[in-house]
Amino acid sequence: MTPLLEAVDLHRHYAVRTGRNPFSAKALLRAVDGVSFRIQPGRTLGLVGESGCGKSTTGKLALGLIPPSAGEIRCESEPMPAAGTAAWRTLRRRLQMVYQDPLGALDRRLPIGEQIAEPLVIHEQAKPAERRERALSVMEAVGLQRHLLTRYPHELSGGQRQRVVLARALITEPRLLVCDEPISALDVSIQAQVVNLLLDLQERLDIAYLFISHDLRVVRQVSHEVAVMYLGRIVERGEAENVLAEPAHPYTRALVSAIPTVGSKRERILLGGDPPSPANVPPGCSFHTRCPFATAQCRSEIPTLQPLADGRDVACHRVHETPLRLVA
Amino acid sequence: MALNDAAVPPALPAFGLSRLWRRLRRVPPLVTLCMLWLAVMIVTALAANLIAPYSITAFDLKARLVPPLLFGGKLLAHPLGTDELGRDVLSRLIVSIRMSLLIAFFGTLISTALGTMLGFLAAHFRGKVEQLVLIAIDFQASMPFMIIALSVLAFFGNSLVLFVALMGFNAWERYARITRGLTLAANEQGYAAAVRQLGAGPARIYGLHILPNIASTLIVSMTLTFPEIILLESGLSFLGLGVQPPLTSLGNMVGYGREYITRAPWIMLAPASVIVLTTFSISLLGDWLRDRLDPTLR
Amino acid sequence: MLLFATSRLLRAALTILFVMTFAFVVLRASGDPALLILSVDAPPDAIAAFRKAWGLDQPLWQQYLSYIGHALTGDFGKSMRDGRPAIDLVMERVPATLALTLPALALKIGIGIPAGIYAALHRNTFADRMTMALSVAGFTMPSFVLALLLVLIFSVTLGWLPASGNESPANAILPIITLGTAGAAIMARFTRSAMQEVLGQPFVRAASAKGLAWRRVISHHALPNAAIPTVTIVGFMVGSLVAGAVVVESVFAWPGIGRLLVSSVANRDLAVVQALLMVIAAWMVMANLAVDLAYGWLDPRVRSAVGATGH
Repeated sequence: MTPLLEAVDLHRHYAVRTGRNPFSAKALLRAVDGVSFRIQPGRTLGLVGESGCGKSTTGKLALGLIPPSAGEIRCESEPMPAAGTAAWRTLRRRLQMVYQDPLGALDRRLPIGEQIAEPLVIHEQAKPAERRERALSVMEAVGLQRHLLTRYPHELSGGQRQRVVLARALITEPRLLVCDEPISALDVSIQAQVVNLLLDLQERLDIAYLFISHDLRVVRQVSHEVAVMYLGRIVERGEAENVLAEPAHPYTRALVSAIPTVGSKRERILLGGDPPSPANVPPGCSFHTRCPFATAQCRSEIPTLQPLADGRDVACHRVHETPLRLVA
Repeated sequence: MALNDAAVPPALPAFGLSRLWRRLRRVPPLVTLCMLWLAVMIVTALAANLIAPYSITAFDLKARLVPPLLFGGKLLAHPLGTDELGRDVLSRLIVSIRMSLLIAFFGTLISTALGTMLGFLAAHFRGKVEQLVLIAIDFQASMPFMIIALSVLAFFGNSLVLFVALMGFNAWERYARITRGLTLAANEQGYAAAVRQLGAGPARIYGLHILPNIASTLIVSMTLTFPEIILLESGLSFLGLGVQPPLTSLGNMVGYGREYITRAPWIMLAPASVIVLTTFSISLLGDWLRDRLDPTLR
Repeated sequence: MLLFATSRLLRAALTILFVMTFAFVVLRASGDPALLILSVDAPPDAIAAFRKAWGLDQPLWQQYLSYIGHALTGDFGKSMRDGRPAIDLVMERVPATLALTLPALALKIGIGIPAGIYAALHRNTFADRMTMALSVAGFTMPSFVLALLLVLIFSVTLGWLPASGNESPANAILPIITLGTAGAAIMARFTRSAMQEVLGQPFVRAASAKGLAWRRVISHHALPNAAIPTVTIVGFMVGSLVAGAVVVESVFAWPGIGRLLVSSVANRDLAVVQALLMVIAAWMVMANLAVDLAYGWLDPRVRSAVGATGH
């Protein structure tokens, strides 16, 4: 089956100054450093990792909002057109985005009905008379009442605003929705509602999601596949069930073990310190500075993604030594 | 926070006329006075031809330098007196008000449009275009505009159209700065980025989304530019380098009245007080609007 | 700090170059400089000689370079009215303008800053309201109106001070007051808001909360911080002084560069206007430079953050 979206060896680098001095040396910040993945129609890829690991940049690259420094994005086998071009704008109908901060993503001067119908106006999809009906029906689909049509964003609650953003993204009937931390700004009680709504919509409309989050519990709930990112690279990738139940990479294991659970006693792997700056990635396996299992090989050689028996890919030199033990 | 967020009752008042009216009712009396004065000025400017009792060039040599009523004048025909050629000061004042307000109005519009456009260009294209706009902003901000205006008048000579256009170059850098800053912020994150992601073209993003969002800040800045242009225009006209006779403006009247300051101070006092009252009113109104409208202060 | 000063110097040089280019472009755009500078009825051989002398027969970029070269050596050509070098005409007027603007600047700072601090420390009292009302009146009143009112009161009605000329020191009093008043009003307003902002900051509240005497909080914490925005305004003042001098010198018939500018513009004496433009630009750039350096000296953050704040 042709994947809906395919990322091939994506890189995104930024030149940054090392000091505040305008003449100081420039360093290369590798926000995304060789990321590949596929998203099949109607499926969800969860992208997880700590803040600053390049998840959001990957999301923007996937939508073609920013150009990659190297590598490419293909949408249904077609290469991604450059941002701002007519072809790129047309493609927006099929690729949409949901934001972390719904209030920021909405224009505070326009009633939400107009904003939800705006993609139809932009893409000249539906006649003016039908637009209102389309807006109302998509509002119903995301659980917004009709009378909210004329409200302004600041008059709604956080959950309602996120539903408005969702409705606006859905009105063009997209094939893929990039959700960048879509629930982390919401109240806990609302989070579950929005997650259920996303699942429900996927079932009904057969949309694919690229679900970016640092919250493993939510990712486990929504994803078919997950990819774990660390310092701009994917360190583990596979079926969500397998990866999150039995993480293979030490980093994934640390992340999974940090999920609070009730009752069961599991090993806890505590990571020391913060991740290194992406402007100064350690040589070898970038995780070796925090990895309890690191060896000399890890400090010099960059591990590549290797397939495991259950179909997942892991980038770790020591993954075949089972069970992994701390080096003496 | 309600448990079911979809069923929150409308707690906030509807946005609309009633809210605007409630806001307006809490206007301090001084601001009301300023509004009244400005309303009178606007009506005067619009209806100048209807209400001016005499033609501004009609002179009456038998009634030269007639004092106004306040200065012990007795002629009801000339409530503000007459000038050295026996021209009615009130009529000239009314026509001058129209001229000065028109110049300030168009000057402000040009300045706002120019600055906003350059700000959008800088924020949209970044890179070299932005650098160029920033250098121009630096230049404009580093020279007093009075001096720039004087040298342009020296090089190009004077005509009303050129003069109005020149006034439009006053303070454009203020709008360019504001627009660039706010647009960059909106483009980086937030509604503008979201609308761009929906596939909207630049015209929709800037015209329909960013412009309405920054309009209140721009309007507040216009209340600074408008009196500035009145002062600039009247200053230049006073020096004889602005509005040229037979046209007349407030500064131009003060300039001619200055020669009769000992014998007929009213010729100069009438337009001078109109200038002061008008700029004072707009500045006060602007201060008040800034507190009410500017979203950065809310 | 050295780096900071260098980058500001470069910027100053750039501004001067920009002004020169501006004058060049505007001059070329307005017509044949030979006809404009020599006037239309100049003899044809004079025009030809002028063209050759100024290199007007050469390509535009060469003209530009030679124009810059001449301008850098202070050669702006001769005044069309009395044939003397334009730069000499300008330079001999500079002392008269400084005699007005420097005392006016002292007046602005001497009245504006204390009034602003007083108003900020006695917020919402009658004195504060009066200061602010006066300050709004001060900067909405055009200087020519103020000048004429002063003449009307002190010269025409009371007969205390001369209305125009430059024969005695008494002649300078009314122009200085006129120039200083509007600036003092703006100064007071800015000082007040800068002070108020600083007084609301956590560190000032913390300083007074930990028991420091209020007087000491003001002098050691509030004033140095409020000085930073205030210095910027002083820089703007220097610019507005020149603009103000244009009007005030004309009203009081004071023989400074402002009056020279007005008469040169009226006569379209382009060489003199160019020379004036350059002198004023240099004056502005120096003032801005001084402000920038003072800024760096007052605010340690600026010294290290240079470049981070640049575009």
